[in-house]
Amino acid sequence: MSRSVPSTAAQPSPWSRYWCSSYGSLNKMLLVVSRMMGSASPKPAGEVLLAARNFVNEASFDIKKCALHRLEEGPPVSAVLTREEGLKYYKIMQTVRRMELKADQLYKQKVIRGFCHLYDGQEACCVGIEAAINPSDHVITAYRAHGFTYARGLSVREILAELTGRRGGCAKGKGGSMHMYTKNFYGGNGIVGAQVPVGAGIALACKYKSTDEICFTLYGDGAANQGQIFETYNMAALWKLPCVFVCENNRYGMGTSTERAAASTDYYRRGDFIPGIKVDGMDVLCVREATKFVASYARSGKGPILMELQTYRYHGHSMSDPGVSYRSREEIKEVRNKSDPIMLHKNRMVNSKLASIEELKEIDIEVRKEIEDAAQFATADPEPPLEELGYHVYSGQISFDVRGVNQWIKYKSVC
Amino acid sequence: MAAGLVRSGLAGCGQQVSRLLRRRFHRSAPAALQVTVRDALNQAMDEELERDEKVFLLGEEVAQYDGAYKVSRGLWKKYGDKRIIDTPISEMGFAGIAVGAAMAGLRPICEFMTFNFSMQAIDQVINSAAKTYYMSGGLQPVPIVFRGPNGASAGVAAQHSQCFAAWYGHCPGLKVVSPWSSEDAKGLIKSAIRDDNPVVVLENELMYGVPFEFPEEAQSKDFLIPIGKAKIEREGTHITLVSHSRPVGHCMEAAAILSKEGIECEVINLRTIRPMDIETIEFSVMKTNHLVTVEGGWPQFGVGAEICARIMEGTSDTPGTGQGLAGAGLYYCPGNLGVVSPA
Repeated sequence: MSRSVPSTAAQPSPWSRYWCSSYGSLNKMLLVVSRMMGSASPKPAGEVLLAARNFVNEASFDIKKCALHRLEEGPPVSAVLTREEGLKYYKIMQTVRRMELKADQLYKQKVIRGFCHLYDGQEACCVGIEAAINPSDHVITAYRAHGFTYARGLSVREILAELTGRRGGCAKGKGGSMHMYTKNFYGGNGIVGAQVPVGAGIALACKYKSTDEICFTLYGDGAANQGQIFETYNMAALWKLPCVFVCENNRYGMGTSTERAAASTDYYRRGDFIPGIKVDGMDVLCVREATKFVASYARSGKGPILMELQTYRYHGHSMSDPGVSYRSREEIKEVRNKSDPIMLHKNRMVNSKLASIEELKEIDIEVRKEIEDAAQFATADPEPPLEELGYHVYSGQISFDVRGVNQWIKYKSVC
Repeated sequence: MAAGLVRSGLAGCGQQVSRLLRRRFHRSAPAALQVTVRDALNQAMDEELERDEKVFLLGEEVAQYDGAYKVSRGLWKKYGDKRIIDTPISEMGFAGIAVGAAMAGLRPICEFMTFNFSMQAIDQVINSAAKTYYMSGGLQPVPIVFRGPNGASAGVAAQHSQCFAAWYGHCPGLKVVSPWSSEDAKGLIKSAIRDDNPVVVLENELMYGVPFEFPEEAQSKDFLIPIGKAKIEREGTHITLVSHSRPVGHCMEAAAILSKEGIECEVINLRTIRPMDIETIEFSVMKTNHLVTVEGGWPQFGVGAEICARIMEGTSDTPGTGQGLAGAGLYYCPGNLGVVSPA
């Protein structure tokens, strides 16, 4: 990932590095000392202690084993997280979370209209994948795309301004929520499942040009029942395309749960002759390690591979769906309390002394400010001018006229 | 039948019939080259494959079978598996794959064995290919060609005989061409392949085997026919016949018959369905004051219906005018919706 986070920590002391794991004895000792000095969470005295103690540079964590299909071995069951990486992932996940919540707010204020499918709850998926791939790799996804759009490099400003349909939006206000593009990111696609063959086509281009680039082609549990996906599995396997199929299984296709939509809910096996793994999509490290594994497979020339990410969305399907007629509020609450990806990551960071709560709070403040500024811009920026209605109909074309609602109204079309 | 229609149309007019010199097309030096439409398409694709290694062909039976209608004969032998790709029978899948390849920088030619089967993949043609450049605000072009035989063949029955000119011609973001002669076929498909936009090339199976005189300029490797320009195949003064694809031949035959009776038809070969060259038709109709459109598609909401509507609008004493959505994509931004739809 290209985002960098300024390091605010003091230099780590030599004796706390490396062998400090989540529940190491040193941590326990320090926790006890800290409690003795005031309270369970660090206060001024504790801060002095922490400052003296410094942070660890990296820590190792156990992660869930992935279920495998047609594979002898899977991703590793432990992952090393450096402080820098940890802060980076935290910031990006928090930015996506706050951006989606801001979009929710703007939608309710009717500043955003039309379709708006929010990604909060699924942050570990886009951050984990982006952490394990190169900027030169390709990603294409469906309509719940804001998380990936940010992870792939567009700013919150450009995204929110696109949602509000303003000229400062990444598609100049002409695409909206489902049609945001940037280098090596092909949207944002509105037709359920249609992006899957397109993703395989991008992979075909990677192979054709003899690069070592691969394409991550994402779809949901609902889309997984589309026929064109099976056509794509067939061709991708036949031609050994460097394509990673990723099923973001958030348990509901609109209001239809997986059990009510699929005869087989083992989405990682649905590729049949294509090997697959099932991954805990709420754990950013699990997603990252799994992605490294599948990316390596796809790059090896062995052909496509399938990765199912088990994740959850807090919002309904879209802003017009309260999201509680087909699932219970208790279920949503339970996931939030037990499996929230940001909470899990934060706990890991803090418990293993990769970062302090204060530090993470500072990041929260930074993120909040960035989102506020972006929202201000997105609300104040003007809409694209009507004169440009006819622009971008054709590429590489000399200027021509596009008919308006009747024969006397014409719009200039420029590419 | 076309001749009969024209005759009855002119019968009650009482107009003076004057004879103009008929301009002669397709006349050249004695040993003129005859090329069938099939060979012209084959030659065009061969030249473009050679010229640009990003160009490749995919579709059912295009490689080892030499093409269901032999249009891609010899290409697999020459260019191999990487550039001439046989696909399984999965139109929606391989059309989508072709679109993705185009988005990622290649220049695919996606063949539908007939355009009837393109209906299975029409979502990829319209939603993934045609609309993307607009929706991305000009960031993501899709330089793809969809080609194959369109319209009726001989005795293949209803499911295999539909003409898609009107359906594809309806959509902004797409270009749609419909060649008649060998020269049309070569020039238009080369332009289509070099165009950075999605282009639908509607060929005709019954025309594949028909030879035409191939003028010298058409024999060049850089022979291009501009997309969006109609051709006047035959000049006349009494009535305008507008057509595309195989029916252009019928119009020429009718014109020859009528000429003997002193009726001079102006035959316009549209060549491009979208963007349509309505100016050429308008100019002609201003001269002749009579218009017949001839096509292989159904009349309701068809190409001819569009031409008639536009001609009606274009003349100063027109009784009616058309209202519709602005002919660009639908702007996402909600403020403009009130302006771009005729509510």
